[in-house]
Amino acid sequence: MTYDESTLTQLAEDAAAIVGRYPVKRSALLPMLHLVQSVDGYVSPDGIQFCADQLDLTAAEVSAVATFYTQYKRRPNGEYQVGVCTNTLCAVMGGDRIWDELSEHVGVGHDETTEDGQITLERLECNAACDYAPVMMVNWEFFDNQTPESAKQIVDDLRAGKDVAPTRGPGKVACFKDVSRVLAGFEDGRADEDQGAGAPTLAGLKAAKEQGWKGASK
Amino acid sequence: MTELVPVLSATWADEKSWSLDTYTAAGGYAPLKKALGMAPGDLIQAVKDSGLRGRGGAGFPTGMKWGFLPPDDGGPRYLVVNADESEPGTCKDIPTMMSAPHALVEGVIITSFAIGCNHAFIYLRGEVVHVYRRLLQAVREAYEAGHLGKNIHGSGFDLDVTVHAGAGAYICGEETALLDSLEGRRGQPRLKPPFPAVAGLYARPTVVNNVESVASVPSIVDKGVEWFTAMGTERSKGMGLFSLSGHVTRPGQYEAPLGITLRELLELAGGIREGHELKFWTPGGSSTPIFTQDHLDTPLDYESVGAAGSMLGTRALQLFDDTTCVVRAVTRWTEFYKHESCGKCTPCREGTYWLTQILKRIEKGQGTQADIQQLLDTCDSIAGRSFCALGDGATSSIISSVKLFREEYEAHVEQGGCPFDHAASALFEYADAPEEAHA
Repeated sequence: MTYDESTLTQLAEDAAAIVGRYPVKRSALLPMLHLVQSVDGYVSPDGIQFCADQLDLTAAEVSAVATFYTQYKRRPNGEYQVGVCTNTLCAVMGGDRIWDELSEHVGVGHDETTEDGQITLERLECNAACDYAPVMMVNWEFFDNQTPESAKQIVDDLRAGKDVAPTRGPGKVACFKDVSRVLAGFEDGRADEDQGAGAPTLAGLKAAKEQGWKGASK
Repeated sequence: MTELVPVLSATWADEKSWSLDTYTAAGGYAPLKKALGMAPGDLIQAVKDSGLRGRGGAGFPTGMKWGFLPPDDGGPRYLVVNADESEPGTCKDIPTMMSAPHALVEGVIITSFAIGCNHAFIYLRGEVVHVYRRLLQAVREAYEAGHLGKNIHGSGFDLDVTVHAGAGAYICGEETALLDSLEGRRGQPRLKPPFPAVAGLYARPTVVNNVESVASVPSIVDKGVEWFTAMGTERSKGMGLFSLSGHVTRPGQYEAPLGITLRELLELAGGIREGHELKFWTPGGSSTPIFTQDHLDTPLDYESVGAAGSMLGTRALQLFDDTTCVVRAVTRWTEFYKHESCGKCTPCREGTYWLTQILKRIEKGQGTQADIQQLLDTCDSIAGRSFCALGDGATSSIISSVKLFREEYEAHVEQGGCPFDHAASALFEYADAPEEAHA
């Protein structure tokens, strides 16, 4: 492994914290792979060996797991993972067109990264925000109700180093490595940041209030 | 007119709705204290009597699932919450956990107490980082308030909760694949039996419940079985979140008694988008056979939707208007199943691959009339022949759409292309001829 001593010390400390959450050590593997991505920006050969050493597995066993899941990247990832949902509902509502225009604008295709290392594009499967279609995700934050123009603007702003806020989520999108650390189960103190719940989330509640229905609390 | 009944969604518009303070001020964690004063067996009986059925799609009675655990042998038993919401169209658990994570956490504590579990897990899909932040914070707040940890509120009951993020795999929503994934393996379904109740997480007795099912438990404890059974239909009790998406004026989450109809929901949601008519829809996600206008008055409960030839599933109502090409919609769903098939069982792995090939050539106008029958024959070779229901789900939209819209498949073959203008379906305007999306 090529990690320097301080990186390795921090990794080992974090790995121990992850292992401590589970009754059986191997359960720590998925969060530990997110942890590796928070340091290396992808699941590196060093990261695979690190997980194997921590969990008494072989590198082959770790690789077999890592390659099963789409969030684990096999090549250095962009600072921003930009996914356009092209599953049926979003695709029909305009996701296909957003993908076409965005992909042409950025100049890379699915699972490819721009030369400046900023943007990795992905055609997403359903991300559970269908009431906000068409949807885009940047580093797993919600960008709802997109158009080709809004999607291109977001990517341009990200590449220009501007702060970009999701439509639901924190005040600003964090970089890929920072988000990976959260996914490893380490809080970043941003849970209270909020852009509002969004009209579709509250649509039924609003309709019930307008009708004066209090059925559930009678 | 069936009235909406915001229960889980009641606090979502409140200031900092996700915080412990807001949840507690609205009466949260009072049900926990009540539950801790009850006998666990009485809690299980109450949930059985409520008729609560799994809100994750299959609709299996929740209390019965809890009751399947074998008698205590002194070893650990687990509760695992399935928060891997990924079924296309389904978008109810994510807003629940984003806006009111404590409803889930409280449900987890009560459920764990009822089934004798001292370590529960919430398996959240990894692609929703802000939801993960909210859950991690909610669990931490619950520990700090003494709702979790050792000897909870002096009851002698201990509980730890681990919130676990997945890493992108639809199949992990299948409960045994989820368990393998939580054990640090590839998420592939297990052969059943044994069911998780007997040999689940770490081969120990395990209850796997959906987010909405577990989050519904505190309200049942609080307001009582009779309150819950007063809602819904004869065998589909209580309320549920109905998620309207697509070509509808006001898409979103509508919490209503089971048995409400799409016609009623559409009235509240402002109808299909202006100038258009409903063409087809899914009652419960992409794995459920599609419906048309003929089903506007079908009560959305387990029995009525089943009798009409589909499944209530996750109440994910994806609505498509008259501009939408059904072949395009079904082809894209099928590509999804091909992508998400875990590869373990041959009929699903190979079958979804071949279905995609055939559908893509029909959609492009390069298919033959014989291809339509070939699709149905291939579906026959998939359905019911694999460990889990993913392959079955892949066949649902194909079989139902060929039955309902066969002439549209034939038109693609006869015209040598898609007869629809894809731009007309989009929610924004664009001028040029639509390009085909490339992979």
